[in-house]
Amino acid sequence: MGAIFRREVRSYFTSPIGYIFLAAFYAYTGIMFSSYSLESGYTKLDSLFGSLLIIIVVLVPILTMRTISEEKRSKTDQCLLTAPVGLGSIVVGKFLAAFLIYLLAVSITVVLAVVVSVYGSPDWNVVVGNIVALALVGGAYISIGILCSSFTENQVVAAVASFIALLLCSFLSTIANILPFEWLQAACGKISFGERYYSFTYGVFDFSNVVFFISAVAVFLFLTVRVLERRRWS
Amino acid sequence: MIEVVNLTKRYGDKKAVNNISFKAEDGEVLGFLGPNGAGKSTTMNILTGYISCTDGKALIDGIDILEDPVKAKKLIGYLPEIPPLYVDMTVKEYLYFIYDLKKCKLPKISHLKDICQLVKIENVYNRMIKNLSKGYRQRVGLAQALVGNPKTLILDEPTVGLDPNQIIEIRTLIKKLGKNHTVILSSHILSEVQAVCDRIVVINEGKIVANDTEENLSQKLSNEHKLTAKIEGETEKVLRSIKSIKGVMTAECIMQHKNGVGTYSIEASEKTDIRKELFTRIAKNGWYLLELKTSELSLEDIFLKLTMGEHVDLTGSDDEEEAED
Repeated sequence: MGAIFRREVRSYFTSPIGYIFLAAFYAYTGIMFSSYSLESGYTKLDSLFGSLLIIIVVLVPILTMRTISEEKRSKTDQCLLTAPVGLGSIVVGKFLAAFLIYLLAVSITVVLAVVVSVYGSPDWNVVVGNIVALALVGGAYISIGILCSSFTENQVVAAVASFIALLLCSFLSTIANILPFEWLQAACGKISFGERYYSFTYGVFDFSNVVFFISAVAVFLFLTVRVLERRRWS
Repeated sequence: MIEVVNLTKRYGDKKAVNNISFKAEDGEVLGFLGPNGAGKSTTMNILTGYISCTDGKALIDGIDILEDPVKAKKLIGYLPEIPPLYVDMTVKEYLYFIYDLKKCKLPKISHLKDICQLVKIENVYNRMIKNLSKGYRQRVGLAQALVGNPKTLILDEPTVGLDPNQIIEIRTLIKKLGKNHTVILSSHILSEVQAVCDRIVVINEGKIVANDTEENLSQKLSNEHKLTAKIEGETEKVLRSIKSIKGVMTAECIMQHKNGVGTYSIEASEKTDIRKELFTRIAKNGWYLLELKTSELSLEDIFLKLTMGEHVDLTGSDDEEEAED
């Protein structure tokens, strides 16, 4: 797992992907920060955190699109799958590498919070809660992205598929409004990643949401392992 | 030791590998020979745990690759058909990665240095893999298989894309490795298997059609009633004399050399050995027998005979060789 993790992290920075991801995230966050907080002199960061979900939906697929599809395309998966490591360690190693890059991106919000604290006193509990929420939702989205990447040999297909999947997950409750049954709408609201993320930005640290995101990571990584396993049997 | 028992792999309706069994002992180089699409790579992929089999089992040193894959994979070094190289890494970085991936315990720097010396890639050690030629990539692939000094090596067409010099080098290397490793090597190049392997398994359409040592295979299929002789003497007299031997059906001089030496091709009726009689006659007439051999089958002939059925003309080995080239 360690070897795969290190190789992945390294490959994010030997290819443009890592830089593009970080730059785009920093740029977007900076723009949002200046318009929500600096321009309007607003010291609470809730609207900034609320606005970050959409950029995660856009950028995470870029981070995860090549994780498994590229291995398959270039046949390097033969090297991983015939090495004395379990499928689980391969998938988790890749997840952790992508997650590390993601955390590097998210860490910019700490800087922004510090900047705000110069002008006023942000509620640090809420800020920490939000950063944790951002990490959680990102982890869940990365695991979905990796799953999508395991379905195909084509990076672009993987990226588009995970973009659509993440869009659905994020705005499930909004989309559910057009559904005919109320119980169905309620059910969709419950499994909407966006809904649960927003509840963090409102300042509610609900432990069940933490469990939800961590379980999502586990489920999607498990599914990825199953997809890889299944391919060996087909 | 590698043991394959009743291995079957099905892709939908198609049986890529159909109930094959064979064994490779320690310190043996086993050649896996077959035309493209015969199931060689599929078998190797099953042996290394990359894909699973539909039925049967593959044992590496007695460990079932499906039951305890991690332990079994530790014993295998695998060079797939396309070397699994990360082109955005240097050779050094790549080998370090493989070393970590295989959780090697050997001293890292000296171990990797030894391997690089063995496959002769020291001069490209710090270059990006994407800038390497096909031959060097193949060698890096081989180096990768050797990391951790695994007991068994599985090499899928290891000399593809190499120039003749490199092919000879790699063959010599494989022979050397074969002394203290179990090596399974696949190829559709017959001369390669002939040059390197102790034992040959011929596979066609997913089935084993032969499993024997190279010598035995030729012997089994050899035809002692067909002889080639090099005789010094007057051609016409020699021919007349040969033809008068009982059992000789045809005799002709296929090549004339200097000083009245000629190469004769002699065919006797089946199951008659005319060699002794031939020798006596030549000696009696004061001629010299310079060379006498049964026209043994080359691997090409065996291969054609086994895979194309019995109707192949086994005498036309020269023509077939040319066609193969």
